[in-house]
Amino acid sequence: MVDRHPRQNPIDARPWTFYALGMLFALYMLFLYGPMLVIYTLSFQGPNGGVTFPIVDPSLDWFRDVWRKGQMADIPAAFSRSMALASVVSFLTVLISVAGGLAFRRPFRGGGVVFYIAISSLVMPSLLVGFGIGLGFQFLGLQPSLFTSALGAQLTWTLPFGLVTMFAVVNRFDRSWEEAASDLGATPFQRLRYVTVPILLPGILGVALSAFTLSYDEYARTTLTIGARNTLPLEIYALISSQTTPMLFALGTLTTAVSFLLIGTTLLFLVQTQQRRQWHRGPDVEPVGAWTRDTTSNL
Amino acid sequence: MDAQAKLYEIPKARAIRRRHRRLPAWTVSWLQILPLTAILSLMFALPTALFLAVSFFDYDRTGIYPAFLLDNYREVFTSSSTLRVYGSTLKFTLVVWAITLFLGFNIAHFLIFHVRNGKVRIVLFLLCAIPFFTSAIIRTIAWIPFLGRSGAFNQALMGLHLTTHPLDFLLFSDFSVVVAYVHLYTPLMIGPIANSLSKIDRSLIEAARDAGASRWQTMANVIIPLSKTGIALGSILVMTQVMGDYFIVRQMSGGQSASIVSALSTEIQAMQYPPAAANAMVLVVIVAVMVGCLMRVVDIRKELVK
Repeated sequence: MVDRHPRQNPIDARPWTFYALGMLFALYMLFLYGPMLVIYTLSFQGPNGGVTFPIVDPSLDWFRDVWRKGQMADIPAAFSRSMALASVVSFLTVLISVAGGLAFRRPFRGGGVVFYIAISSLVMPSLLVGFGIGLGFQFLGLQPSLFTSALGAQLTWTLPFGLVTMFAVVNRFDRSWEEAASDLGATPFQRLRYVTVPILLPGILGVALSAFTLSYDEYARTTLTIGARNTLPLEIYALISSQTTPMLFALGTLTTAVSFLLIGTTLLFLVQTQQRRQWHRGPDVEPVGAWTRDTTSNL
Repeated sequence: MDAQAKLYEIPKARAIRRRHRRLPAWTVSWLQILPLTAILSLMFALPTALFLAVSFFDYDRTGIYPAFLLDNYREVFTSSSTLRVYGSTLKFTLVVWAITLFLGFNIAHFLIFHVRNGKVRIVLFLLCAIPFFTSAIIRTIAWIPFLGRSGAFNQALMGLHLTTHPLDFLLFSDFSVVVAYVHLYTPLMIGPIANSLSKIDRSLIEAARDAGASRWQTMANVIIPLSKTGIALGSILVMTQVMGDYFIVRQMSGGQSASIVSALSTEIQAMQYPPAAANAMVLVVIVAVMVGCLMRVVDIRKELVK
């Protein structure tokens, strides 16, 4: 739209930069998805095939191998630990960072300090966070475990992430809706329950999804805080050095499928919410732009 | 009165009484922010202070002892292998930053300004964003069967008769480390820059056009200055990720290269906590200075919290 020259036909006039950037984008997509597609394909390798092409007698053997409890790893147990931790992280992140995002809507004393602590926690090299927590537990004579040290370590990453996402979400929230609710006699709780939360729901879901997937795949903050029993990414990490079979690829395909399933479900739900609102409200000025910004801010 | 109306209805007197009892605004804010502050203090600020303290401690093979020594820091600054690792990490950071900035800016620009259909834009944007929410470990090792000596890329090159011998530099080299970094972290650049670009008022660009600015002049004088928040934010995310990495550099260089954090994790595994902590503090200071400089370019707080 920028490059539309006023004297040219606006529909036909695509500047050369459009084609150049379009090409760059296509190549980037190839770069982004190419290697992933290679390992998805290779996970269907036959029992006698190797870790590269060609595929000899395609089979599901390596997927079965994932399920088998080996000497090195217990994948199903690690997977259930990861799911449990990610659920708790996601729940806490939503509660705490949504509240935090609401707090920052008005300036308050000490807000700056909290903000900079959150940003520092976000940019801190991940392993160092785990190192510090691990040291702390050692000094206190505590055993690191899934729902103490590992949970805390992951929250130092998902909470600031959720908070920054909430900033973008509440920035576009029109406070007159809340004022209207109060003027009509709503209690603070009713105002939150029936006005604020429903309006912010797409953003809140974005926070929940990002917290879940970030926790589910986290390894750098968790590795020194997990104790004896690994989460799935750490189990995969341990397998990399020992396992040189396509089983690793099958495992990669499965864990990515779980992420895709979660992302897909959330997106579907968001699209439905959006459509339902559209239907109630009638044609909107620019729902699409707002939605893009929502999604962008989730990064 | 039906059920729904009842739900919303509140006796007026009660509402007024409540209004009188309302907590002051700053108390509400603090109650809302308290859980976040508590968790970050306990799990981030306190542990950081702890390894700052440990970095001055004494140690031997059996344990660590409270002391105030500068030896651990002296070791960091005088050991040539440590300095080499710092140099190598900074080099990777710079190279990856330049590439992700180029890719991120151009892709964001394409999505925001060139894609006209809003739905197509969302789909393309999601295609860029979704891999960020999948496993970084899997996305890293996905390059191994792709770039290896008998990998898919070499097979394709030889199939097309572009080369007779498989290319060796593709995997387990600095090249493959950079490829994996760019692959993982470009979405961190695209997101914030696209966010900044989408906020630019289109009429400003039209005004530049009308005033006779060329495409490049518009880019240099209007679009880039207006997207500098996104550029700074993306740069912070990418740089800190590369500086904090220990897995990718080890995995993709086949153990030939090290990063600051991978050297540090070796020390941690050897239970040499004080030198590891000194190393960590130096890294934290470098990251803080870098982020601080970028924050001087834009006031991130003012941009984020409106």
